[in-house]
Amino acid sequence: MTGQPILQVQEVTKTFGGIIALNRVSFEVREGEILGIIGPNGSGKTTVVNCITGFVKASSGRVLFRGREITGKPPHKIAALGVTRTFQIMRPYYSLPAYKNLVIPLFSPRARRTGGWRGGGRMGDRNTVGIDILEEIGFERDSYVPYKVTSTLPTGYLKRLELARCLALKPELIICDEVFSGLSMSEIASMVPLIERLQMDGITLIMIEHRLRELFQVADRVMVLNFGQKLVEGSAAEVMADPRVREAYFGSEEVEEVMVHA
Amino acid sequence: MDILIYGTINSVTLALYALGFALVYGVSRLPNFAHGAIYVLSGFIAWSAVNTFGLNYPVSIVLTMVVTALIGSAIYLLFLIRVRGMAISEIIASYAIALAILEGLRWGGFKGMTYTLPPFVSGSTSIAGVSVDYQRLLVVAVGAALVGFLWVFTHHTRIGLALRGMAQDERAALMLGIDSDVMAVVAMALGSMLASLAALLLLPLGNIVVESGYNVLILAIAVCIVGGIGSWVGAVLAAFLIGFAQILTVVYLGAHYQMVVALLAIILTLILKPSGLFGQQKELEERV
Amino acid sequence: MNAESGQRRRERIDRGIKVRTAGLYALMSWRELAYLILPRLVLIVGLLGLPMAMPGMYWQRVISIVCIYALLALVFDFLAHFVGLVSLGGAFFVGTGGYLSALLNVKLGLSPLLCVPVATLLGGAVCTLLLLPCLPLRGVYFAIVTLMYPLLLARVIEALNILGGTDGIMGIDSLPSAWMEQYLVIVLVLVVLFGLRRLVNTDLGLVLRAVKDNDQAVRASAMNVTFYKSLGVFIGASIGCLAGACLVHIYMWAGISTFALDFSVLPIAATVIGGSGTLVGPVLGCLILVPVSELLRDFGTLRIVFYSLILLGFTVFRSEGLMVFGQRKYHQFERWKSI
Repeated sequence: MTGQPILQVQEVTKTFGGIIALNRVSFEVREGEILGIIGPNGSGKTTVVNCITGFVKASSGRVLFRGREITGKPPHKIAALGVTRTFQIMRPYYSLPAYKNLVIPLFSPRARRTGGWRGGGRMGDRNTVGIDILEEIGFERDSYVPYKVTSTLPTGYLKRLELARCLALKPELIICDEVFSGLSMSEIASMVPLIERLQMDGITLIMIEHRLRELFQVADRVMVLNFGQKLVEGSAAEVMADPRVREAYFGSEEVEEVMVHA
Repeated sequence: MDILIYGTINSVTLALYALGFALVYGVSRLPNFAHGAIYVLSGFIAWSAVNTFGLNYPVSIVLTMVVTALIGSAIYLLFLIRVRGMAISEIIASYAIALAILEGLRWGGFKGMTYTLPPFVSGSTSIAGVSVDYQRLLVVAVGAALVGFLWVFTHHTRIGLALRGMAQDERAALMLGIDSDVMAVVAMALGSMLASLAALLLLPLGNIVVESGYNVLILAIAVCIVGGIGSWVGAVLAAFLIGFAQILTVVYLGAHYQMVVALLAIILTLILKPSGLFGQQKELEERV
Repeated sequence: MNAESGQRRRERIDRGIKVRTAGLYALMSWRELAYLILPRLVLIVGLLGLPMAMPGMYWQRVISIVCIYALLALVFDFLAHFVGLVSLGGAFFVGTGGYLSALLNVKLGLSPLLCVPVATLLGGAVCTLLLLPCLPLRGVYFAIVTLMYPLLLARVIEALNILGGTDGIMGIDSLPSAWMEQYLVIVLVLVVLFGLRRLVNTDLGLVLRAVKDNDQAVRASAMNVTFYKSLGVFIGASIGCLAGACLVHIYMWAGISTFALDFSVLPIAATVIGGSGTLVGPVLGCLILVPVSELLRDFGTLRIVFYSLILLGFTVFRSEGLMVFGQRKYHQFERWKSI
């Protein structure tokens, strides 16, 4: 954990027609930390992810990864640099068995160079590497689960599969878009150690979440977005104590004392 | 000078070809590849009305437009409604209909140079020293009037506004009680009627040949792609761009390069600005 | 389970033998081996034996034409169901490959055995290049552009009177021996069929199928979707050009009709009849449609009306196709189950 900024977002603005989705958002992510991004619905969280990873072209502003500008690059080039993401609306390859889902990212030039997650720098048989990655991520190796067709798997496994697809690229930064949403309590309970282990392995994480309690268990710092603008940034406690954050989530009529304390 | 005049005429011609196709695609996102076939078919219907059934010309014109509108609606209700929403199937289905109609007409004996429609007004005049048929002037006049009429129609009548609403946001329109299938039928009927109007205006200038079915389709698609989907201004502008480009190549390079110009226009647009000149849809940006 | 409500539903289950033949277990007994091999053997023997079963110049020609169309149908099925690009203009590939091979043979005097491979690869490259502008865009544009290229190229050749104009290029050498002429295309069809079936299950094939299903996910996996689509198009275009090259050497003539509508429409109709996505279905579909179309040849363009109506019917009423139905029956059985 070197603490140097690995990702810098500078004054990024995005307008869709008349709607300002992001308004001069700036923040930094330090290497090895977990940054949480929270905010009410429609605050632009997924748009930030899309702008960073190249799926949407920012109207203005810059994004720097390890000092190199990645603004406006196509998504596959940004992913090839090590900036990976999961999708809020999950996109697994439904007709394939679970482990075959990983063959595709393992086929990419980056994976071929690095050997995939835990690969020694050379790509072996992709099916085997795929099963290995799935085991890392919590699929029981000796069961039939990795071989099941993806459309039959429950959400918990699918979310892990999304993460596995990122891991196959040996990423330096993973942006998790609502990876806790749609999971049951027990599924989340087993996801949190996984996230912590990823951090221990040296991956930087940005997590966009609605489930604040679980997020505060893992996040080092938290940033709040509202209406496309950054409100506050700081530790979980600082952020939740800020009255503007309460106003963003609950409105300004009455402030309820039902906040979750980390 | 004659380039200016012929260019204008050609451009209005292209706009006339494209209007029906653009309307249907703009409103219900239905790429109606049978557009060219409907154009030719209505020409033959008019010819049959006049020659086989011996009706007088104005009655034939009205009859043709009505019958063509009905045929367009029938095509939608019988076939295209079942594949609505599946883009590739829509293309294959409407293309199959186009082929069936066009090649069916060819097989049915509608070949050769003998099929013509009389022009509405005969004779010609001279504008700035260039001799122009009255029929061609009529084409320009009707074309301009049509664009104006359509603008008024889509901005000031209930059905027109419903069509525009459908074009902008299908779900919102559905929530307001506008039935997308009804609108699609209306759009197909109107689009077919526009095709037959174009046919009736333009076919008297030449012969009715089955080949023009393919040409009209290609040119209509070219105008819509270059101009951008969903934009009247774009379509008209594109029609003028391609129209003048075609006339210029005819003058300087030779008459047979005309269709190449259309293809080049499409390829260039796809390379440089895929959503077209005034395209309102973000063709490439999907909501992730 | 709920209490007996007196209703039934149909249940489809894989046959026991199908489950037993998954993976290595196929070698358990002769019966399992036969279950897997028999259909393929029937197909191979059937195709190879066709020329002997139907002797005579006319039928030899028909068989060759069936195989040419079969190659085109395989290309269509591959591109549409495994790469996600619908090619409405198979004639584009046939024409390009055909003219290239003709030019190599007539202008450069190369032997047909050299012209065909060169035309295949060169034609594939040329077609891919020409289709490159529409590959980053949605599939609709690919369909539109492939539709237009053969129509326009035919007109350009006719109008400019290049490449032989309306008369075409004549005096093309035929293939060295009569046996070769009969069997080359049949062998090519078998090779391409089994090759493509293998390809779609390799890692590369999985990537192509992923591009079809979900290209955003492929982008997020650090892969250039346009590159893989081009690769898919190159493979398809090469096979199409191969078909065209063989065609001109069989007919010893290359003309505008090599861009004809038949080459665009019949493969699509054959694919929908035979069963899309199976790769075997299109071949079967050609075996059925081409002889019928030859019989209809006397009726002028009625045959195109015929294919288009079939195409329309299958597309609109979303029927499965023969091989999809056949495979289902072979691999699964149905039974009523009370609910």
